[in-house]
Amino acid sequence: MRLNSAMYARRAYSLLTLPLVFLLAGCDAVVMSPSGDIAMQQRDLIVVSTVLMLLIVVPVMLLTGFFAWHYRQSNKKATYDPDWHHSTQLELVIWSAPLLIIIALGAVTWITTHTLDPYRKLDRLDASRPIPADVQPLKVQVVALDWKWLFIYPDYGVASVNEMAAPVDVPIEFQITGSTVMNAFYVPALAGMIYAMPGMQTQLHAVINKAGDYQGFSANYSGAGFSHMRFTFKGLDGAGFDQWVAGVRASPAALGREEYLKLERPSEREPVRHYGQTMVGLYDAILNLCVEPTKMCMRDMMAIDAKGGLGLASVYNVSRLSYDAERRRGVLPQPPAEYVTALCAAAPEVMLSPASPPSYGLSRLAP
Amino acid sequence: MQTPTPERSELMQTLFGRLSLDAIPYHEPILLATFAVTALIGLALVVWITRARAWGWLWRDWFCSIDHKKIGVMYMILALVMLLRGFADAIMMRLQQAMAFGDAMGYLPPHHYDQIFTAHGVIMIFFVAMPFVTGLMNYVVPLQIGARDVAFPFLNNFSFWMTVVGALLVMTSLFIGEFSTAGWLAYPPLSGADYSPGVGMDYYIWALQIAGVGTLLSGVNLIVTIVKMRAPGMTLMKMPVFTWTSLCTNVLIVAAFPVLTAVLVLLSLDRYADTNFFTNDFGGNPMMYVNLIWIWGHPEVYILILPLFGVFSEVVSTFSGKRLFGYTSMVYATVVITILSYLVWLHHFFTMGSGASVNSFFGITTMIISIPTGAKMFNWLFTMYRGRIRFELPMLWTMGFMFTFVIGGMTGVLLAVPPADFVLHNSLFLIAHFHNVIIGGVVFGVFAGISYWFPKVFGYHLDKFWGKVSFWCWQIGFLFAFMPLYVLGLMGVTRRVSHFEDPSLQPWFIAAAFGAVLVGAGILASLIQFYVSYKRRAELRVVGGDPWDARTLEWSTSSPPPEYNFAFTPRVHEVDAWWDMKRNGYVRPTSGFLAIHMPKGTAAGITLAGISLVFGFAMIWHIWWLAGLSFAGLIGAAIAHTFNYDRDYHIPADEVTRSEDAYTRALAAQEA
Repeated sequence: MRLNSAMYARRAYSLLTLPLVFLLAGCDAVVMSPSGDIAMQQRDLIVVSTVLMLLIVVPVMLLTGFFAWHYRQSNKKATYDPDWHHSTQLELVIWSAPLLIIIALGAVTWITTHTLDPYRKLDRLDASRPIPADVQPLKVQVVALDWKWLFIYPDYGVASVNEMAAPVDVPIEFQITGSTVMNAFYVPALAGMIYAMPGMQTQLHAVINKAGDYQGFSANYSGAGFSHMRFTFKGLDGAGFDQWVAGVRASPAALGREEYLKLERPSEREPVRHYGQTMVGLYDAILNLCVEPTKMCMRDMMAIDAKGGLGLASVYNVSRLSYDAERRRGVLPQPPAEYVTALCAAAPEVMLSPASPPSYGLSRLAP
Repeated sequence: MQTPTPERSELMQTLFGRLSLDAIPYHEPILLATFAVTALIGLALVVWITRARAWGWLWRDWFCSIDHKKIGVMYMILALVMLLRGFADAIMMRLQQAMAFGDAMGYLPPHHYDQIFTAHGVIMIFFVAMPFVTGLMNYVVPLQIGARDVAFPFLNNFSFWMTVVGALLVMTSLFIGEFSTAGWLAYPPLSGADYSPGVGMDYYIWALQIAGVGTLLSGVNLIVTIVKMRAPGMTLMKMPVFTWTSLCTNVLIVAAFPVLTAVLVLLSLDRYADTNFFTNDFGGNPMMYVNLIWIWGHPEVYILILPLFGVFSEVVSTFSGKRLFGYTSMVYATVVITILSYLVWLHHFFTMGSGASVNSFFGITTMIISIPTGAKMFNWLFTMYRGRIRFELPMLWTMGFMFTFVIGGMTGVLLAVPPADFVLHNSLFLIAHFHNVIIGGVVFGVFAGISYWFPKVFGYHLDKFWGKVSFWCWQIGFLFAFMPLYVLGLMGVTRRVSHFEDPSLQPWFIAAAFGAVLVGAGILASLIQFYVSYKRRAELRVVGGDPWDARTLEWSTSSPPPEYNFAFTPRVHEVDAWWDMKRNGYVRPTSGFLAIHMPKGTAAGITLAGISLVFGFAMIWHIWWLAGLSFAGLIGAAIAHTFNYDRDYHIPADEVTRSEDAYTRALAAQEA
C-alpha cells in the first residue's frame, strides 16, 4: 500500500498530539455522539458518572503529587513525624468521602438501570417528545448466525441478511436469538448491546432519531469469522423505509426451512441479501432449535418432560438436536444421523403474507 | 486444525490417539522460527549447565528443595519466563491490529490470531501474574511471621511443580497441535466439543486443571502457615499488612479455585463424555458456565491484586520512614474487599439479559468495593504525609501505581454502571480498563516487590539506572498502549477483532503498537538490570540484613537469610516488629545456638508433577492407555511417597553457630 505524505503527516500528527487529542477525540466517537435516544442517555450517564468520580480522583492525584514532592527526603523543612499513624477525624473523611460519592452514583445506577433496561418498553422518542399514540412499534427478529446477521420482519413477511432498516422516530422492538454460539447484538449509534444466544431469547427496545447508515456488529467473540460479522443499520425516514420494505418484498427469494438451513451454515463476509417472503414461525423454530422438520422442538420436549416424560419412550429423546454442530459440518467424520422425531408431523410450510403491514410513510403524513 | 486422516489404522489410533505427525505445525513459518529460537535457547542452557557441572546442584538444591525461599525464587523465574511468552503474544496482536485494515489482511489468519489472544490471556493470568504473586508470598510470608518454613514444605514443592506442568502444557501446544481459540475464559457452546473439536481446548482444560491443583494446595499451605506459625506475640492485629493481604488472598484461593476446577470438570464431561451441562441441547445451559466461571473469575482479580496492595503498604511505610497510616482500617478494608469480591461476579455479563434489579444489585455491590479500595489509597497517601520519602526503585513503582491505578479504578466503577456497560462491554475500553488495573496494580506491584526484596533474597541491590529505565518504559509504554484503547472503545471498537474496515482507526492502533514496543523495552531493561546487577554484585552488596531501614521481621535476619531463617524465633510486641526491636535496643543473640530441626528435600514433588504432565498430554490427545497408566502411576507414586520416612534432619548447633558468627562479623564490619 502506498502512503502519500499527507497521510504520513496525519499519522505523525495524531501520534504527537495524542494526549491532547485523547479528550477531544472522545467527543467524536460514536459512543459519545450516538443517534438514538437510548444510546444518548447511556452517553449522558457515562459523562455524569465520570464527573462524579473525578470529584475524588482529581484531589487524590493532586495530593499524591504534592505529598510526594513536599515530603521528599531532601526537603528538610517539611515536618517529619514517624509515629503519626492515626487520626479518627481523618479516617472518617477517608471512608465517608468515597461512600458519599458511591451513594450518589448508586442512586443514579439504580434509577438508570431500571429506566434503561433493554426489556422495558420505550416511553419517549427523545428528551422532548413522548411517543405519539398512533405509532405502531416496529418488530424485528434478529438471529445471529455463523457469521452473519439475519433480520426477520414478522409484520412484513420479509427478511434480510447483514442489513437492517428502521424508520426514524419509531420505537423498535427487537427479539434476539442465535443459531450456534454466543454473540452480542450491538449498534453503537442506536443503543447498548445485548447477548444473542442459541435456544434463548433476549430483547431490546430502542429508537433511532437521526437518519443515516450506522454500523452494527457482534460484540462477543464467536469464532473464526467473528471479525467480519458486521451489518449496516439504516435509519430511514418513513417514506424511505416503506420504499426499502417494498424493495425487499420485490425480491424473488423466499426464506423457508431449507433455505434457512443453507444460510445457517458457517460463512464469512456474506453480501447483503433480501428475502421477499418468509416462512410462518421460522423465528420460533430457530429459537426452539427445530428448523429441521424432523426435529422435536425444545418447547415440545420441555412440555413432555414437565409432565413427567414418556417413560421408556423418552430414551429416544437422547439423540442430539444440534444439526449445526461442526461434527456435522464435515470437520470431523460424521456420526450416523440421529433424529428425535417430532410426535406429530411438522407443520406445512406457509409463507407469511400480512394483509396490511404498517406503513410509516403514511402514518407520518397523518395529522 | 486437526483432521485425523481417515485411513489411519486402528492400531495407530489406539497407540497414539489423535496424535500424528500432522500435529507438528511445520508448515507455519512463524511457529517454526519460534520453535527454532526456543530450541536454541534451551540447548544453550543445557550446554551451559552441563559445562558448569551444575545438574546435580540444580537437582538437589533447587528442584528437590522444599525451602520456601528457593521455591519462591523458582516461582518468580517461571513467571518471568512466561512473561516473555505472554508479551510475545501481545506484541503479535498489536502488530496485527495495526496492520490489518481494508485490503491488508495483516500477517495472522484468524485461526492463528484467535489462539494468540487466548494464549495471551491464559498465560498472563495463570502463568505470569499467579506465579509472581505466589512467589512473593512464598518467599516473604514465612520470614515476615518469624517462621522457619511453610506449614507443609513438601506440598509447597509439589504445588510449584504442578504450576510448571500447566505452563509446560501451554508451551507444548505451540509445537504439537494447537491452542484453544475460544478466549481465555472459554465460554461454551463455542468451547464445547461441537464448535471446538480440536485439541486446543483440551490443552486449555488440562493446563488449568493441573496448575489449579498446585494453586489450591499452595493456598491451603499458606493459610495454615499464617494461622498456625506466627512468632509468639504476633497477634492477628500485629501481622504485617503484606501477611494480612496474603492471608485474605489465600482464603480467596481456597474458596474460589474449587469452583474453577468444578466448572472445568463439567466442561470436560461435555467434551469427553457427551454430557450436556453447557450444550445448546437437552437443557444444557451455557449461561450456567458463564456464572460459574466468573464466580471464580472475579475473586481471582482480587487474588492477584490484594498481595500487591500489601507490597505497596510495606513499601510506602518503609520509604516514608513512617508507620503505616491507619493500619486497622487497612486490615478491615482488605477483609471487606475479600468478602465483597464474592458478591459482584455478575458485572462481567450485565449484557446477558438479567433484569434491571439484578443488574443494579451487582452494579452497586461493585461500586461499594471502591470504598475500601479508596480508603486504602488515602491510607497510603497519609502515610506519605509527614514522612521522609526516599525515591528508591520500589517507591518509584509505587508512585507509578498510585497515579495509574486511580484511573483504572475510575473506569472500573464506570463499567459497573449497567447502562454504561451496555455500550462499553467487550469493547477496547474494557480491555484498556483491566490492563490499567492489572499493569498499574499487579505488574507495578510485582516490580516494586522484586526491587524491594531483591537485596533480601540475593544479598545485593538491583542496579538503579536500569531499574529507572525499566520503570519509565513501562509507565510511558502503558500510557501509549492503552490510552488509545480507551478512545477506540468509545469509538465502538470491540475486542478480539483481527481485521478492520475503517481506516480512521489505524493511527490509534499504531500508537498502541508503539506503546507495546515501549513496554517491551521496559521488559528488556529489567532483564539487563538483572544481568548488570549480577555482574556488579560486589559493589551492590548489602552488608547488614536491613538495607532499607525497614520495619518488618524479614529484615531482622541476614540477607540472604540462612536456610533456617531465624536462629531464634523472634518475639513480637508491636506492629512493625523489627522497627520496634530496633528502637528498643534489641540485641541480637550471638551465642547459645541449638541444633535446628528442618524438613528434608525430596524428588517426590517433581516426580508426581512429571507423571501429571504425561497424564495431561495423554488425555489431550485421547491416548487412553497412557492416560490410564499414568493415572495409576500418579496414585501409586503418591502412596509410595507416604512410606518415605526420611523427611527431616537437624542442622547441627555448630553449623548454626558458624553461620551466625559470620553474620555477626559482617554486622561488626558495617559498624566500623
